[in-house]
Amino acid sequence: MTTLLRVETLTKRFGGFTALSDVNLNVAKGERLGLIGPNGSGKTTLINCISGVVQIDQGAIAFENKDISTLAAYKRAKKGIARTFQIPRPFHSMSVIENLMVPLEYIVHGLVDVSNRNAVHAEASELLHRMRLSDRTNAPAGQLSQVELRKLELARAVAARPRLLVCDEAMAGLATKEVHEILDILMELNASGITIIMVEHILQAVMRFSQRIVCLTAGRIISDGAPADVMANPEVRRAYLGS
Amino acid sequence: MRNNSTSFWAFALALPILGFVLPKVGLNEYYFYVAYVVLQYVVLATAWNILGGYAGYVNFGTGAFFGLGAYTALVAMKAFGAPLFVQIAAAAIVGALLGIGAGLLTLRLKGIFFSIATIAAAIVIETFILNWRFVGGASGMQVIRPEVPLGFETYTRLLFFVMTILTVLAIIVARYIEKSWVGRGLHALRDAESAAECSGVPTLRLKLLACAISGALMAAAGAPFPLYTSFIEPHSTFSLNYSVMALSMAVVGGMSRWWGPVLGAILIASTQQLAASASPELHLLVVGLLMVLFVIVAPDGLVGLVQWARKMVGPGRKEVELARGSERA
Ligand SMILES: Nc1ncnc2c1ncn2[C@@H]1O[C@H](COP(=O)(O)OP(=O)(O)OP(=O)(O)O)[C@@H](O)[C@H]1O
Ligand SMILES: [Mg+2]
Repeated sequence: MTTLLRVETLTKRFGGFTALSDVNLNVAKGERLGLIGPNGSGKTTLINCISGVVQIDQGAIAFENKDISTLAAYKRAKKGIARTFQIPRPFHSMSVIENLMVPLEYIVHGLVDVSNRNAVHAEASELLHRMRLSDRTNAPAGQLSQVELRKLELARAVAARPRLLVCDEAMAGLATKEVHEILDILMELNASGITIIMVEHILQAVMRFSQRIVCLTAGRIISDGAPADVMANPEVRRAYLGS
Repeated sequence: MRNNSTSFWAFALALPILGFVLPKVGLNEYYFYVAYVVLQYVVLATAWNILGGYAGYVNFGTGAFFGLGAYTALVAMKAFGAPLFVQIAAAAIVGALLGIGAGLLTLRLKGIFFSIATIAAAIVIETFILNWRFVGGASGMQVIRPEVPLGFETYTRLLFFVMTILTVLAIIVARYIEKSWVGRGLHALRDAESAAECSGVPTLRLKLLACAISGALMAAAGAPFPLYTSFIEPHSTFSLNYSVMALSMAVVGGMSRWWGPVLGAILIASTQQLAASASPELHLLVVGLLMVLFVIVAPDGLVGLVQWARKMVGPGRKEVELARGSERA
């Protein structure tokens, strides 16, 4: 098994507050990893460290065996790391398809000139179809519903043709049917070769999705293993499930 | 699309030609005196919008760039006897450098903090000029004008022509940015900076580029100022007025399209010229009222109104019907 992402002894502080301490994590190529933990345990912060939105204080992050610890976020995106945001952050002044044009232009195709604009458009349309978002192709992103926003987050991340996709609560606030829809999409993406880290509070979804689960509590990894084992861990049950 | 583009380039060619011909066929000097100011504001508002409108970084330092451009031109003229186009080029380069420098120092600041930092930058530069004897310090200095080049009768007429060129340049640059990858990147980072960055947009570089271009154009707009007024003095040259004007013109015109600030500048600068002859206070009141009116009634400015009007009448509906027709066929 080849390692795609390696996080070593990572520590992240905000002022005097330690949000992550001594986090070690390996993610294998093709893996579906569930990342769980109570509110404020540092899940989003870990995603921010991996995607480069915040700088780490100690430790190292390697992607495809190259150190990326100090790389700017946009360079990590170009190397193949994509993410979604817990609270969707669409480019609200653009239409849905224009949102996808940004990563397509800046990462995949280079600067799009008129000659290959149609091809890029076709790729974006195809992607929207896969995300079950075709009917909103030209809608302003500012006018989407909650579930559509979640899909747009995913579509924009996937448009970058990532090798690692990190989803921050892609299903929060959705109805059961919608949760399953997003889960299906994530499974398809994984089947197409994308490694996925999924942060999620909906345990059913995590259990269905994950081949492996990591549990964070107060910035530390307290359990890392097969889903059933992690769920059976008394420390996890106490910290996360409150029982 | 093609039609639009053709008429744009026709306009871009026609304006400087008119700018060259009109001053030579007589006409009252006063028109050129006023039109120069209006065009100067078109350049300033257009330049302001590249950073403020496209990227969403509200710059209150327009006066600093304008003033720096004017004083750079003055120094180039006084120390090296540089001709006008060299003065303008020098001003643009210094303006771009100031843009990059100010950007590096302040772009990490968000929202209101960025705006405050730009005011501070303006004050620092003005203070520097205030204490520089070579350019007249606080009391300013008389500008000795060489003979008018290119066969124009007066400097006002020549500078009107020069300003038509700067206007066209500024508009071409803004339009290019808006339609290119630069504009899409700026829009993305304005809407959601971290999401843009994670979509591969080099946000800091793009913002610095926008600062440099915006700064270069603002300084270029200030470069002919010493020759225009023939007397230069720091207080009015570095005035906060330029910042307020550029911003209100972009807001009233609409910040999403390149022609928004152009319309806004023409509207506000013309009313200013009309009202100012009555009283300067009246003009401030008019600008203030316009701002309030637009922010409340038409937050997308004249651009928004035009787009709304287009939707309400003719062509939009026809297109829909045509599309339906072709579907049936
Ligand atoms: N930029 C920041 N500045 C200061 N503190 C921060 C910052 N970002 C996160 N924190 C703190 O770090 C801790 C971890 O936050 P984080 O958002 O990573 O938690 P989380 O596990 O994602 O929680 P949730 O399940 O609620 O999304 C919290 O206490 C939070 O207040
Ligand atoms: Mg979170």
